Amino acid sequence: MTTISVNGTQHDLGDIDETMPLLWALRDRIGLVGTKFGCGIAQCGACTVHLDGTAIRSCSTPVSAAQGRQITTIEGLADGERLHPLQQAWIDHDVPQCGYCQSGQIMSAAALLAETPNPTDADIDRAMSGNICRCGTYLRIRAAIHTAAKSGKA
Amino acid sequence: MSAHYTDTLAAFLDELPSPEKPATDLSRRTFLQASAAVGGGLMLSFALPRGASANNADAFAPNAYLRIGTDNKITLVSKNPEIGQGIKTAFGMILAEELDADWSTVTVEQAATDEATYGSQFAGGSMSVRLNWDTLRRAGATGRVLLVAAAADRWGVDANSCNTESSFVVHTDSGRKLAYGDVAALAATFPIPAPESVPLKQPDQYHLLGERITGVDNHALVTGQPLFGIDKAIDNARYATYVKCPATGGRIKTANLDAVKAVDGVIDAFVLEGNNNVQQLMPGIAIVADSTWSAIKARRALEVEWDETDACCDDSESFEREAQALSQRHGDTEIVRRGNSQRAIANAAVRLEAFYSYPFLSHAPLEPQNCTAWYRDGQIELWAPTQTPGRGLSNVAELLGLDESQVTIHQTRIGGGFGRRLINDWMCEAAAISKHSGLPIKLQWTREDDMAHDFYRVAGFHSLKGAVDSAGKLSGWEDHLISFSSDGDRPVSGGGIRATEFPAPLVDNTRITQTLMPLKVPTGPWRAPGSNGIAFAVQSFIQELATAANRDHLEFLLEIMGEPRWLESGNAGALHTGRAAGVIRHAAQAAGWGRELPANKGLGLAFHFSHAGHIAEVAEVTVNEKTVTIDRVTVAADVGPIVNLSGAESQCQGAVIDGISAMAGQKLNVSKGRIQEANFHQYPMLRMPQAPQVDVHFIDSDYPPSGLGEPALPPVAPAVCNAIFAASGIRIRELPLLSSGVRLA
Repeated sequence: MTTISVNGTQHDLGDIDETMPLLWALRDRIGLVGTKFGCGIAQCGACTVHLDGTAIRSCSTPVSAAQGRQITTIEGLADGERLHPLQQAWIDHDVPQCGYCQSGQIMSAAALLAETPNPTDADIDRAMSGNICRCGTYLRIRAAIHTAAKSGKA
Repeated sequence: MSAHYTDTLAAFLDELPSPEKPATDLSRRTFLQASAAVGGGLMLSFALPRGASANNADAFAPNAYLRIGTDNKITLVSKNPEIGQGIKTAFGMILAEELDADWSTVTVEQAATDEATYGSQFAGGSMSVRLNWDTLRRAGATGRVLLVAAAADRWGVDANSCNTESSFVVHTDSGRKLAYGDVAALAATFPIPAPESVPLKQPDQYHLLGERITGVDNHALVTGQPLFGIDKAIDNARYATYVKCPATGGRIKTANLDAVKAVDGVIDAFVLEGNNNVQQLMPGIAIVADSTWSAIKARRALEVEWDETDACCDDSESFEREAQALSQRHGDTEIVRRGNSQRAIANAAVRLEAFYSYPFLSHAPLEPQNCTAWYRDGQIELWAPTQTPGRGLSNVAELLGLDESQVTIHQTRIGGGFGRRLINDWMCEAAAISKHSGLPIKLQWTREDDMAHDFYRVAGFHSLKGAVDSAGKLSGWEDHLISFSSDGDRPVSGGGIRATEFPAPLVDNTRITQTLMPLKVPTGPWRAPGSNGIAFAVQSFIQELATAANRDHLEFLLEIMGEPRWLESGNAGALHTGRAAGVIRHAAQAAGWGRELPANKGLGLAFHFSHAGHIAEVAEVTVNEKTVTIDRVTVAADVGPIVNLSGAESQCQGAVIDGISAMAGQKLNVSKGRIQEANFHQYPMLRMPQAPQVDVHFIDSDYPPSGLGEPALPPVAPAVCNAIFAASGIRIRELPLLSSGVRLA
């Protein structure tokens, strides 16, 4: 019996294959599809979620490793209807092109701001270098992170 | 769907259509007649398709692009696939502008795949705005005229005394206002005017067009809502993978299907022979399981012996050696010959020869190929992230032997196209697996599948010769393009070169020839096909010639353009030397061309014309040893009026990053017909620390609007490589940079 806590809700996954990456448990079993599949080998960051507040690549984290810990996905980032400052900044800067990588980008950025509320460009580059944007929206991502940081609510 | 459609689509994608070409495509629509307008652009005359609920008193839907409910809800319809080019927002803006709708309250929805209603629906060739600008403006304006007529009727006043403002009709004299929704039911009873009779706004009346508007799906994207093909969930769907021979064309000799079926979670495993059409269904093993993970895991238990008798056995190193050997002579086929290039080169004050090359590339959209399909009762329904839903529909109908009316395709948002999703092989696989298994299935490719079974950007090799006369003028030009053919006759997609390719029409003595090597590796359009390689070779070599002749590159390039004129008489989709010179000057000035720079810094310039867009770029780089930092790229673009300033700027920035990404480190090697690179650790994508500042300038232009999905990409590689030369003296003639021993910091 495997149980995981996602965005504050307990999910009983029954006798799930414990080697299943958290990514597929979230997507196929729980139906939270905001977390994306991009490479399967922790190279692109599209699958980034928080495990006890730390950004991890869910495609390479077995569901067994997430038991007993708090998982936050893109669907759980806003406070009800009130968007996280990063989400608002992403809209204000019109960051997405195809948008596929953006939930992973936002989750990486959220972990950065939780630890470093006023990051420099170098801090941002370091924290975000694990996330590929195939469309090349990096300039707007960086600008949006600065905007969210300046809003002081992140 | 006729073969003709596929032909014209291929023409869109492989080369810039002349006005006649889109007209050919448009003529298949029942409601559109296009003709080349005097002075350029497309003039369209048409009857708009009627809205589904035109006669419904609860809603006003004068055509298939807009709907206004009596509850004041305004819905606009975007007909083409959204692949990240921002078309859903751009189409919505064009409609809303002419409808004079309050943007903050409109909803933009994705159209059904219905080419009888909407005409061709596809995302490719940077054609969406070019082909639909006029249609959408008239669709919006028609709605506005009817709403005004209805309000005037209600008030008993002359319609000419009324105006509109942000979803209201206003009676100018009295200041009375009626919301669109309040007159929607009445407007629905009025006869629909001829579209060409409705007045359109003048640019100074625009509220929306040219503004910065955030994407209509952005809220859903940043909160993780289901939008993409991969997000589609249907009840009781099973999960499938499909394993093909890594060498295209291999067949299954033996496969241990029983062992696979015994794996936990596997529901079925079976062989599909396919129809031997690489764009539809090649032989493979389908594994159907209870989760994506079970299906992926079961592949590890699969053992296949392939029969590779007819399979691809190409080898990229052999291609490179053969191309080197071929470069010593002229090509087999003459593309254009004018004057006497041989004599011009022999008599030149400065003559140069160079061999340029670029490799095979993968599209690598971040959303791996996937499709949900449900075959039941002789019909099939698919949810497909495709750039060509209409073509996909006919592919599936042909493969399954169905009438096209039995196939329904839902357009989903698409996690990146870049040309890969113009081809619907993965859609055909999903359809065949659902039919064979009798189950609703969701097919999921892995990244490794995606990289192993792409329709690759074809490699290319240019043997160039150039001459500069004693006056310092470019006097001779020869380009022998060594490329590939898969049919022994025509070049593969993106592997050809046109007689009008810059600078050929502008040099008195010019000769372009072509030699095609046989190829089995599947190829297809990759963002700015042809242009993405040709620009690198041509624009780099022009800087080589300018340097050898002691000329300033900017002056040399402007001199080649000469007097402002269209290069193809009567073709407004062709290069205009005045527009070209305009963007070249603009980019150079904005980037501070000619200023003093430290010894290890340099500026590089390049221009390329494609997809009706004139674009110049200047890169500023710092080179330490063989390590390059790209400090800034300045883009100047003349693409006519801008629809969404935010989206347009973003497309240019993204194209520059994409072009740098490919230029810096991407190369696919082929051995025994197999692509050797499997995932991003072997095929590096540019990451944030390496992304330069990209400044974008749009020329204020009253030419017809053209697309921006592609044309900003081709100039960036030569601009950066020319800057590397200026900074360090290192000349890059082989891409990627890594192959030349140069890397990004």
